[in-house]
Amino acid sequence: MRYVIIGNGVASVGAIEAIRKRDKEGSITVLADEDRPCYGRPLISYYLEGMTELCRMDYRPSGFYAANGAELLLSSPAESIDARAHKVVSGGKEHIYDKLLIATGSSPVVPPTEGYDGVERKFTFNKLSDALALEKAVDKSTRVLIVGAGLTGLKAAEGLYARAGHITVVDMADRVLPAVTDAESSGMIRRHLERKGIEFRLSDRVEKYCDGYALLHGGEEIDFDVLVTAVGVRPNTSLAESIGCVCECTASDGRRYRGIVTGSDGSTNVEDVYAAGDCSLTYDVTRGEIRPVFIQPNAYMQGETAGTYMSGGECAERAYLPVNAGGFLGLHMITAGAFDGEPLTLSDDGSYRKLFVKDGKLRGFIMIGEYPRVGILTDIVRRGVPLGREELASLAKQPQLAALGMDYVRSVLGKEDR
Amino acid sequence: MKRVYVNEEWCLGCRLCEYWCVFSGSGEKRFTFAFDGGAVPPAGIRVEEYGPVRFAVNCRHCDDPLCLKGCISGALSRDGMGAIRIDKTKCVGCHTCIAMCPYGCIVSGGDNKPVKKCQLCAGRNYTPQCVAHCPNNAIVYEEGE
Amino acid sequence: MINYMMPDYEVVRDKELCIKCKVCVRQCANNVHVYDEKRDVLYADSSKCVNCHRCVTLCPARALKIVKTDHCFKPSANYTEDIIKDIYRQADTGGVLLSSMGTPKSYPVYWDKMLVNASQVTNPSIDPLREPMEIKTFLGKKPESIRYREDGSIETEKYPDLELKVPIMFSAMSYGSISGNAHIALARAAEALGTFYNTGEGGLREDLYRYGANTIVQVASGRFGVHPAYLNAGAAIEIKIGQGAKPGIGGHLPGSKIGPEVSRTRMIPVGTDAISPAPHHDIYSIEDLRQLVIGLKEATDYKKPVIVKIAAVHNVAAIASGIARSGADIIAIDGFRGGTGAAPTRIRDNVGIPIELALAAVDTRLREEGIRSAVGLVVGGSVRSSADVVKAIALGADAVYIATPALLAMGCHLCRSCHSGRCNWGIATQDPELVKRLNPDVAAARLVNLVSAWSHEIKEMMGGMGINSIEALRGNRLMLRGVGLTQKELDILGIKHAGE
Repeated sequence: MRYVIIGNGVASVGAIEAIRKRDKEGSITVLADEDRPCYGRPLISYYLEGMTELCRMDYRPSGFYAANGAELLLSSPAESIDARAHKVVSGGKEHIYDKLLIATGSSPVVPPTEGYDGVERKFTFNKLSDALALEKAVDKSTRVLIVGAGLTGLKAAEGLYARAGHITVVDMADRVLPAVTDAESSGMIRRHLERKGIEFRLSDRVEKYCDGYALLHGGEEIDFDVLVTAVGVRPNTSLAESIGCVCECTASDGRRYRGIVTGSDGSTNVEDVYAAGDCSLTYDVTRGEIRPVFIQPNAYMQGETAGTYMSGGECAERAYLPVNAGGFLGLHMITAGAFDGEPLTLSDDGSYRKLFVKDGKLRGFIMIGEYPRVGILTDIVRRGVPLGREELASLAKQPQLAALGMDYVRSVLGKEDR
Repeated sequence: MKRVYVNEEWCLGCRLCEYWCVFSGSGEKRFTFAFDGGAVPPAGIRVEEYGPVRFAVNCRHCDDPLCLKGCISGALSRDGMGAIRIDKTKCVGCHTCIAMCPYGCIVSGGDNKPVKKCQLCAGRNYTPQCVAHCPNNAIVYEEGE
Repeated sequence: MINYMMPDYEVVRDKELCIKCKVCVRQCANNVHVYDEKRDVLYADSSKCVNCHRCVTLCPARALKIVKTDHCFKPSANYTEDIIKDIYRQADTGGVLLSSMGTPKSYPVYWDKMLVNASQVTNPSIDPLREPMEIKTFLGKKPESIRYREDGSIETEKYPDLELKVPIMFSAMSYGSISGNAHIALARAAEALGTFYNTGEGGLREDLYRYGANTIVQVASGRFGVHPAYLNAGAAIEIKIGQGAKPGIGGHLPGSKIGPEVSRTRMIPVGTDAISPAPHHDIYSIEDLRQLVIGLKEATDYKKPVIVKIAAVHNVAAIASGIARSGADIIAIDGFRGGTGAAPTRIRDNVGIPIELALAAVDTRLREEGIRSAVGLVVGGSVRSSADVVKAIALGADAVYIATPALLAMGCHLCRSCHSGRCNWGIATQDPELVKRLNPDVAAARLVNLVSAWSHEIKEMMGGMGINSIEALRGNRLMLRGVGLTQKELDILGIKHAGE
């Protein structure tokens, strides 16, 4: 069996590990567009922050590819696919596959803005190369303008915080982290960052970039030296589209999402072609529909699932949901699931916890500050366990397995015969 | 693989397991030193109470380890004994694993510090100290079925 | 009212070691340890401490110790502290003093005044690690002679008996006085060791019937929990006439210990005191005893040996002789240093005689009367080590009963507070929270360890004497010598003095 994997993110690693569980013989070829082995993309902000360094960033130990008999071709982006002939072209070389995994990831979106091309020092914030470039471009005197107050934008702000002179974040939304928080928790994070000296211009956007400053729609002029655009990403679907993969779906509310559509086994509509990670769409159990969920854990597991089926195996269907964790200059946040339903809020000095309950089920939560054992809640959301209100309230205060009943506790902690 | 299993029938809720876990993870030679300063760091094992029933919860070292699969840095890996271990030099403290673990068995090490979890006392010859010091065999370290 | 009772012990906490984990607080059923949250301070109320060592043993920082208080009375060899305190206590309450476990008074321990022989040069010693060493024994009536049929098969009728892989049994401790988990542990250990445990007078929980092949069921004066299924559940039936720690009186299990399970097992209402009468009201003579023996044999189809257990008292030899003629298969004698779940202090400390003298007297008497083989002879009441076992067998016992060592093996620290019902080790209690502390898996393993260790030691000592079968040790008093004993004591024990 010949496996070809386009892309070298964690979905790719997930696939390699899954394939090698079953197929010790087949050849695996990995076409990487970057010049280094897989690293976790979210690490780039931690790199800028000085919390990790290049030699510690590899996602797997050195020798991983060799040990798994995978041929890693660096700086070798796939140029085209011939699905009928089962071959991928990269750098003029043809790679024949029996099973192909498209794990091309996503790319930053740069909205067309007047004067953007004229900005001298402009960056996006997705790959290590972005971080390395920013590292050189920013020093203590640099004024940084970040467009986008989502996770990427705020993590960029955190990464640059100690390096830059001043940071301003602009977003069209009326709050930070609009996709993963609600208004209240978003406000907490914004105020925390403001206290640290980061400035925000919300409900506003850059009208045009001028020489050394950005003119906002509201009329304000913001001086900057370095521009970071972090308004979002779009799945890299062009290769998949070129061979006829379905790369769009319409949600129940009429919104259309880009991304490769796959079955629960990771297969696309094109024979022997699978897709995983940011380039593909995910069935989000908390919303009950297919949508893009750009988070690394899902990418790994989608890659793993695809690898399992590509090598002739089978596995239980995964329940995917958005789970986001991260700190913002000392304030930590974990959110998961969907924020609809009735909110159940608990907050004290050190922490803020909000649970969303609908039809007796926990749909999602937002936790800021302290959140010990919060994974128990993620699991409850994931499995859709029906719970009473009192149990949920006690779970919000103190997540415990006991709330799920002793039968469950025994089944997961005890030996089967007990 | 060998795992720590719970016999909740015999758990007394004495919480000795938690304290021995902290001591084992501290690397200190003397028990008391692990608790210098008074504050007790959260342990990799935790006693829950459910009415009169008590039981200790610790890392299952799952066959399908969501923590490992969710880890953004590759700091979590499975060692030769089957234990899910943490590479403290790689962990950036993002807490994704905390968000992923269905049993709540990974604990924060504090801001910007590596998380903490059960490593089956690998540094103590895989003799989990929680089990070794349970006064009533309420937790055992045994081969699974 | 003035409290005359000052604490006997002091809880000493090493503040430098204490990590305030509060395990002591959670584990002390007497509420000795208290954590004051506001002040973040742990302190102890020593007046409640019974010195059971639960906190000391579980303290992970080894920050605790219990010391005898040095608060004292003016010394007197006559009016000792114990006597003064007992008087205060009785002046406070007007009641009979109650105590648990064996007497702490310093009566002579004859085991410690006898020494065991070893072979040198002639009749060489035997190495039990290299050569077989038999410690299996049979308890019961033995035939006078063996008759064979013409084809060579044995015609002699064999009496019902007990086969013991080790000459050590667990003596009677009732369900009620000890916890269900302790009973389960004893049952499992007896099964694993190939020996027997004894239900005591509290009946037998049905879930323990499956250990019946290793169970001796007891019938005492209160007849608690006695019914045909119970009698047939065990391998032998023991009629308890008396107990070494409290000869001449019955038992009293307070109603507070009679929960639903104990109630069902004892066949008495929940919450009522279980009072065993002092005598069996149907036994006033050996003839009466015989009726009960036969009655029990009838109920069990003559398949099970019947044991009659008596306390070691002044006329024990004559009484044993009578029992041997009553149809009983085994006589059990309980010495006055034996333990109890609760007994009036004065009786425990002053009534009865030492087991060593009782055993020697009984064995001698039965031999003189030519009926020693008509019964098995078991002794208990302060058999503390394998050496005591060897000496007991050399004095004439077939096997021994142990209880206090069994309790110690399970975790008992001899705080002698069984009568309080708040045993921190989960043994002498019915409180579910405390009972839980005794995991039978752990306790049974420790019991098996103890008896296995003793077995090895017994074999070592037998080997030293050049004896390779426990049968050859039984009654072999030439293997014993006395030290520091009067001629009268030596005569009763039937042994020579060291050097003779």
